[in-house]
Amino acid sequence: MPTIGEQHIVKSYDDEMKRLHDALARMAGLAEAQLAASIEALEKRDSDIATQVMNSDYKVDECEHFINEQTVRLLALRAPVADDLRLVISALKAAGDIERIADHAANAAKRSLVLNQMPTVAPMRSLVRMGKLVAELLNEVLDAFLAHDAERALAVRSRDQEVDDLYSSLFREILTYMMEDPRTITACSHLMFIAKNIERVGDHATNIAEMTYFISTGRALNDQRPKRDTSAFEGAVTP
Amino acid sequence: MPEASADTVALDTKMTSRDVKVHYGDKLALKGVDLEFRTNEVTALIGPSGCGKSTFLRCLNRMNDTIGIARVSGQVTLDNDHIYGPNGIDPVLLRMRVGMVFQKPNPFPKSLYDNVAFGPRIHGLYRDKDHLDEIVTKALEKAGLWHEVKDRLYEKGTGISGGQQQRLCIARAIAVSPEVILMDEPCSALDPIATAKVEELIDELRENFTIVIVTHSMQQAARVSQRTAFFHLGEVIEVGDTEQIFTAPTQQLTQGYITGRFG
Repeated sequence: MPTIGEQHIVKSYDDEMKRLHDALARMAGLAEAQLAASIEALEKRDSDIATQVMNSDYKVDECEHFINEQTVRLLALRAPVADDLRLVISALKAAGDIERIADHAANAAKRSLVLNQMPTVAPMRSLVRMGKLVAELLNEVLDAFLAHDAERALAVRSRDQEVDDLYSSLFREILTYMMEDPRTITACSHLMFIAKNIERVGDHATNIAEMTYFISTGRALNDQRPKRDTSAFEGAVTP
Repeated sequence: MPEASADTVALDTKMTSRDVKVHYGDKLALKGVDLEFRTNEVTALIGPSGCGKSTFLRCLNRMNDTIGIARVSGQVTLDNDHIYGPNGIDPVLLRMRVGMVFQKPNPFPKSLYDNVAFGPRIHGLYRDKDHLDEIVTKALEKAGLWHEVKDRLYEKGTGISGGQQQRLCIARAIAVSPEVILMDEPCSALDPIATAKVEELIDELRENFTIVIVTHSMQQAARVSQRTAFFHLGEVIEVGDTEQIFTAPTQQLTQGYITGRFG
């Protein structure tokens, strides 16, 4: 009597799906390490670490390239359906998000090189705190994604609000600081861009959380996550 | 919603089955199947060999009557009329209204013309020779075969290619203006080009007919049907919109089968 198994009847199909999964796991690990290192570079004013982050970005790009090729290959040769299809499509999309995450980490590292040539500015402490929170959420969401654990991923997704709150208050802090001492404007502007980079990482992590939900359930997440980043309205006249 | 009214029209139920069971001797081959087939939709029946999908298909126009040891119970209706039982539709009339196309093309060893004219002739569906010519031409046109055979209508039906033969069989089935067309793996003996032509034809025929197709090709079911029913060991495990079945099936068995983890 036929039964359903965990494995495909065609073993090479399993091998190819595993190769895709392994590449994603490797890419996720690299991106996590890049983000953590870029925050360490900021915190310790360590230009060596920052340079290393910038020079390692190509590894993440290589992973993305491989994952793109592998998904096209799987779609063309295996015509995956049901959960296989969802896995392949999610791999393609997640690879795009992870690549952007690594880019943001590299951008932050690049600006930290400039910051290291200037005196320390106070909002750096808040920035590092926000960076560490985002790095933690990213690790959590990537683990959930690779384990197809929707519940865990959604728990992380709901915490992206904390990042948005931190970003909004950091934005105000930097503005205040610049007004008090215009000599810090250059450093503070770089800081602002780094903050935006890190905040974007949080958004990509949210996308990956939503993809995890799609893998598990086959449904897109329709509810609107409340957006609490209010920096876009900073300085606007309130009605 | 503006589409709502169009949807309601498209979702008219043409045939239903309720608790349909089939015994072959002592063996219970179908364990009570409830399905609905909607007008102008293609429903694909999928499942492993021996799951009962062809047996079920043959219940829809009483083809199992021709198998001595087969016993059918339950209800099948066509436009709310029962097709089994004392008040059932006459089987000859039923098979005119519910046509069938088989796995291997089976043209009669007659001319192309006579193949298509066969049904209208035995059912007396034409007024005169001109009318019969018109019926044959239209059926061949609908089957997408007219341009390929119009100059050789009086050659043997068995002398054309396999793909053309299968479309000839479809022309023969539609020449009697059926309401439902049953197809039992109509492309399994055809090459990809002939298969694509038959699939394109199925898509066009859907405008005028209700179609039920048994196929072993998952991709074909995904391509041609709007609804898919998955059979396993004589039961319907899952039925739903084809898109849902192939992106997010609700049953583990369905998922295992369509993804090839069923062994």
